[in-house]
Amino acid sequence: MSFLSLSPIEPATLVARVESPAYGGVASFLGLVRNHHGGRAVRRLEYSAYGAMAEAECARIVAEAESRWPVRVALAHRIGALEIGDIAVAVATAGAHRDEAFAACRFVIEEVKRRVPIWKKEFYQDGAVAWVDPTRASASHEVLGT
Amino acid sequence: MPAPTTQIINVRVLLFASYADRLGLESVRVALPASATVADALDHVRSLPGGDQVPPRPLCAVNLAHAGLDTGLAEGDEVALLPPLAGG
Repeated sequence: MSFLSLSPIEPATLVARVESPAYGGVASFLGLVRNHHGGRAVRRLEYSAYGAMAEAECARIVAEAESRWPVRVALAHRIGALEIGDIAVAVATAGAHRDEAFAACRFVIEEVKRRVPIWKKEFYQDGAVAWVDPTRASASHEVLGT
Repeated sequence: MPAPTTQIINVRVLLFASYADRLGLESVRVALPASATVADALDHVRSLPGGDQVPPRPLCAVNLAHAGLDTGLAEGDEVALLPPLAGG
């Protein structure tokens, strides 16, 4: 199973992977590339990863979700150069009912953001480039230069 | 009594994103005492040119799993220093 994708993510493919006649509830989350961050206009971005660990951590998160709730989980994260509006991350969960599908979906995206070693470099409209640092509240990026 | 022999282990430390940029390195081989922890590998990296830009308590991983600074290391381990994560 590969969770990192260099090519565009197809949400329908993820949903198809979790669907089952026994499952009446499917929840999904899509994270898209925004055109702004910290008040600056973003032109495009690049995601890079510690690939082997990112794959292992994604597998652990999916296994944790599937052991905590009676659900099936599909997860994909895009790597490489992305444009505004591209799907950066997608989660699909299916369970017998909506409660477990929603709960597992929320768990997976929160754990991905917290644990998976992926980094984001933003390219701004003004020509500046910065690594995004979500741990900084106000100055949320380290500017590399213009 | 024979003199105590100091066992040495070799580990690889991986750097990513802003840390790799700051040191101009993506990986470095480090020889450490057999009793070494992640903190010792970090100390070595922070002593390199540009290494002072790596914070004293970064996120770390050993062999593809998150690990604390007090995690013990063994021969051949792959240590990673992880800048603030920004996936999702």
